Amino acid sequence: MENALLYIAGGLMMGLGALGAAVGIGILGGRFLEGAARQPELIPMLRTQFFIVMGLVDAVPMIAVGLAMYVMFAVVGG
Amino acid sequence: MSAAPETSAEYIKHHLTNLTFGQFPEGHEHAGHWGFAHSMQDAASFGFWSINVDSMLFSIGLGLLFVWMFRKAAKTATAGVPGGWQNFVEWVIEFIDDSVRGSFSGKNMLVAPLALTIFMWIFFMNLMDLIPVDWLPVVAGVAGVGHLKIVPSTDPNITFGLSLSVFALVLYYSFKIKGPGGFAAELTLTPFQSQNKLVQLLFIPINLLLEGVTLISKPVSLSLRLFGNMYAGEMIFILIALMYGGGVVLGAFGGLLQLGWAIFHILIITLQAFIFMVLTIVYLDMASQAHH
Repeated sequence: MENALLYIAGGLMMGLGALGAAVGIGILGGRFLEGAARQPELIPMLRTQFFIVMGLVDAVPMIAVGLAMYVMFAVVGG
Repeated sequence: MSAAPETSAEYIKHHLTNLTFGQFPEGHEHAGHWGFAHSMQDAASFGFWSINVDSMLFSIGLGLLFVWMFRKAAKTATAGVPGGWQNFVEWVIEFIDDSVRGSFSGKNMLVAPLALTIFMWIFFMNLMDLIPVDWLPVVAGVAGVGHLKIVPSTDPNITFGLSLSVFALVLYYSFKIKGPGGFAAELTLTPFQSQNKLVQLLFIPINLLLEGVTLISKPVSLSLRLFGNMYAGEMIFILIALMYGGGVVLGAFGGLLQLGWAIFHILIITLQAFIFMVLTIVYLDMASQAHH
């Protein structure tokens, strides 16, 4: 029973993290394309900024994935 | 896999345990002696006065490697046709120079070298993640060392060490450039302001709370972002390595997965080193702006 709850916790961590990252990176990519279409000469600058913000957005869900994996394989298995 | 038969959970935990040196506490069979921890529980029982020998060794070693390699490029630099290594170093330095010029508005001789060091050092530490997880621990196991974690940036002690050093610089430049009064005013008089003196007085604790949280969250988020990313990446590499124990088909699939994740991970490790550097520059820039 406890293990079942741990698996649900891991699933929630991964799923909610993915949800947030999908929305965030979707908006970010859309705005990047809008900006690139409007002012193509700014693309190199925009791309750098895009990657910086993508790293910031991407970090928290990635951490959630790592912790979920730890919970599901190391905590439950041990 | 150094210890003979083990479950997957033991294998994962073995890979996530640092080589910790410290004093065994009361109640342990080696009570009072100094030595290396044999398990995660041992390492936790050492308390504050213990050191992760593997993290220190690899981080300092990689730092020296960075200094030596870049020094070599500087010593042998030529105005004629440059070699590959000199080209690379010039490219890195130009890249850092552009980033610093883009985000740092003040005049400070420390920021660009600091940014270069942070970027290359973190990049080298993260790069250890791409070495297959079993190679060095198995070699160490043959040599009699029980635990070995080769990626220093998967150790929160290292990432917090980096971010707290940056934080100390932020505080130093805040005091030096804004002055104690200016820094205190920034912490207490923004973001809520009022013309009425009494209302302004009421706003001071609220402002202090808000700005205090903002200030403290800088080093915490800086280090935890790097640590979390590297820890998660290492975790996934370990899980993939587990598949090699599951027969030829699963092993081959694991090999493909490892290749794919490693290629994706090259992006992540560079990005995280770059973000740490950019945020350091931005924080120092905020600290160096005199109050207006």
